Amino acid sequence: MSVGILTLIVLALAVVGFFVGRSRAMSSVGGDARKLHSLPGYYGQTVSLFTAVPAFALMALWLFVQPMVIDARIVGQLGPQIAEDATASKLAMEDVSRIASGLDALQAARGMTNEEMRDMRADFSDIRGRLAEVGVALGSEVNPQIFEMAKDYRIMQARGAMMMSVLVLAAAAAGFVVALRRIHGEFRARNVSETFVRWLLIASAGVAILTTIGIVMSLMSETIRFFGMYPIADFFLGFTWNPQFRGGSDLGLIPLLWGTLYISFVSMVVAVPIGIFAAIYTAEYAPPKVRAVVKPVIELIAGIPTVVFGLFALVTVGPFLRDYIAMPLGLGNSGSSVMTAGLVIGVLNIPFISSLTDDIINAVPQSMRDGSYGLGATKSETIRKVVLPAALPGIVGAILLAASRAIGETMIVTMGAGAAAKLGLNPFEAMTTITVKIVSQLTGDIAFDAPETLVAFALGMTLFVITLCLNIFALWIVRKYREQYE
Amino acid sequence: MNDMRIVERDVDITENKITARGVQVYYGTNHALKDVDVDILDKTVTAFIGPSGCGKSTFLRCLNRMNDTVASARVEGKILLEGEDIYDPKVDPVQLRAKVGMVFQKPNPFPKSIYDNVAYGPKIHGLTRNKAELDEIVEKSLRRAAIWNEVKDRLDASGTGLSGGQQQRLCIARAVATNPEVLLMDEPCSALDPIATAQVEELIDELRAEYSVVIVTHSMQQAARVSQKTAFFHLGHLVEYGETGQIFTNPQDPRTESYITGRIG
Ligand SMILES: Nc1ncnc2c1ncn2[C@@H]1O[C@H](COP(=O)(O)OP(=O)(O)OP(=O)(O)O)[C@@H](O)[C@H]1O
Ligand SMILES: [Mg+2]
Repeated sequence: MSVGILTLIVLALAVVGFFVGRSRAMSSVGGDARKLHSLPGYYGQTVSLFTAVPAFALMALWLFVQPMVIDARIVGQLGPQIAEDATASKLAMEDVSRIASGLDALQAARGMTNEEMRDMRADFSDIRGRLAEVGVALGSEVNPQIFEMAKDYRIMQARGAMMMSVLVLAAAAAGFVVALRRIHGEFRARNVSETFVRWLLIASAGVAILTTIGIVMSLMSETIRFFGMYPIADFFLGFTWNPQFRGGSDLGLIPLLWGTLYISFVSMVVAVPIGIFAAIYTAEYAPPKVRAVVKPVIELIAGIPTVVFGLFALVTVGPFLRDYIAMPLGLGNSGSSVMTAGLVIGVLNIPFISSLTDDIINAVPQSMRDGSYGLGATKSETIRKVVLPAALPGIVGAILLAASRAIGETMIVTMGAGAAAKLGLNPFEAMTTITVKIVSQLTGDIAFDAPETLVAFALGMTLFVITLCLNIFALWIVRKYREQYE
Repeated sequence: MNDMRIVERDVDITENKITARGVQVYYGTNHALKDVDVDILDKTVTAFIGPSGCGKSTFLRCLNRMNDTVASARVEGKILLEGEDIYDPKVDPVQLRAKVGMVFQKPNPFPKSIYDNVAYGPKIHGLTRNKAELDEIVEKSLRRAAIWNEVKDRLDASGTGLSGGQQQRLCIARAVATNPEVLLMDEPCSALDPIATAQVEELIDELRAEYSVVIVTHSMQQAARVSQKTAFFHLGHLVEYGETGQIFTNPQDPRTESYITGRIG
């Protein structure tokens, strides 16, 4: 039974459970809904939940665990030599699963029985040719041992799926019966549904937190591996970035960090004032009709993919800055520059800051402004002294979001600032950032055992720490200057 | 109305502070205030009474052009402050509001410290030369609003952290600190206990020596206690306006009589 059909059956059972539960609750009080503790629908809901939730949880768990168990068993069959070599066992597993899926296709195409499949032998028949007929191309002749393992693999999978179907259906049926038997007039179905909602929300928050932890852990372990191969001091204090694929590279962080901070700084200098002023205009000064047009137009910029901005940087802003500013002032003749990328990222971030800030300013209650006007304050005094301070925590949040975007931006930097890791003050020179180097260290032929590739994880970790510090700093600002209104 | 102590008082001041003629207010298509004529005297407390929704706050907000901030509101007619039309395009509403202060129906302290709330007006108008003078104004205003003893040890705490009644008095202190010529108070005692109410009424009486005070109230007793003139509003009309003693003892209009004896409300 496939997962899809199983899901449908469980769902159908849950729907039936809803109606049965509801009518059972009604009949338990002789059809008078006022005598029930909760509204009749809540009783139906408990039956649905008890039917579907444990069954689906079991199914998810099974689907997650089964491949791991099967893989472990197959690898066990490979013999200790291969099993201990991570790369070799991974390759063997890939072969096994490819042949197994080929056999699935073959069985489906030819309508073969399970017995016929079991009798097929790699040393007697041309498996490669037959699999090619159903569209599964193999790189070499099939090794009989691998072929036998593929057959085992299929059998184990089929058995697993079978067991899963039985258990899931049993769980659904058990939940159905248990929930139904609990129903009587006094049963607090409403509270059960409340508890369920709480756990659902906790689970969702848990997923978000766990994935973050998972990402950090994996970054962490690779970073530690990197520092096993490359001295930590040379990474953090190195002034040169010069990776060599034959080894002996200089992997100093400082030029990349400098480029990242410099470009982000330029972009924030552009985006923060313009974004906030635009927001103040749309929120406080613009007549409703103008606001209805201006706000969506500003927000439209946010929908443009960054690669388009990158093109804009490459063909318009870069050459313009070079021809009209950098060259006349004798500041260099590079088309890609910190200024180009910074300006364009700034433009990208304007709508972010302005649209969020506009919403935040609008959330400041009108009574606050009235209080200020009533004391004879002008509009700009009111905005500066009452509205903006009240909106500050939100505005800081918006700025922070924009800063993280600037720090993490890759495409515009590649196209606007180039890929040369340099340390310098001249904003019309090409420079590059951490993100660009993460990408370039991981493109091409890569092996995850050289410091030149593992450095990407250390760079990623550095970015993570920078954004974390930014967040902590912002929290601190917000705490310190918070002006809370009810 | 025998329980009310209606003191015989003479209103000997005849100088008009505010003159309203034919004031109409519309909120969109809702005609909220219909043809109101009032003379508000200088150095006098004027009470506005009337059932909920009759337009008392609306009229009060016309007197310092706070209705400008309501997009749907439209004001017609003439309102003169010392003979000058406040709706004249030449008049700066900001200057006007510095002269005609307001305490709002709903307390609206700024999300700032108690000190900064009170210091807000004096600071923007540059009323003080140094910090010591500002401190003095803040303390005096808080004392007049009968809240000094409760907040003197926590002037740095946020104004929004106070109780509803404390917020109301903080807003009174804030309005008094700017030294307005006219003070408009929209139900300033609605959330106050009898003791604080008595103190605020004392303040109002004290302010009368220099300013003209307009107070909206739902308490007949309060109107009788603090005001010299009373205006009764009903369904957007100014039904009756006269000396407080007169209104409460000998109302001319049957609607006024029904209201003060508790039959409409
Ligand atoms: N901002 C507004 N927008 C639209 N209509 C309003 C607005 N403010 C007041 N109104 C309307 O104007 C009329 C008078 O309201 P107003 O606030 O002046 O009453 P009030 O006499 O102060 O009542 P209360 O004693 O309850 O405070 C009401 O019908 C109200 O619905
Ligand atoms: Mg009112």
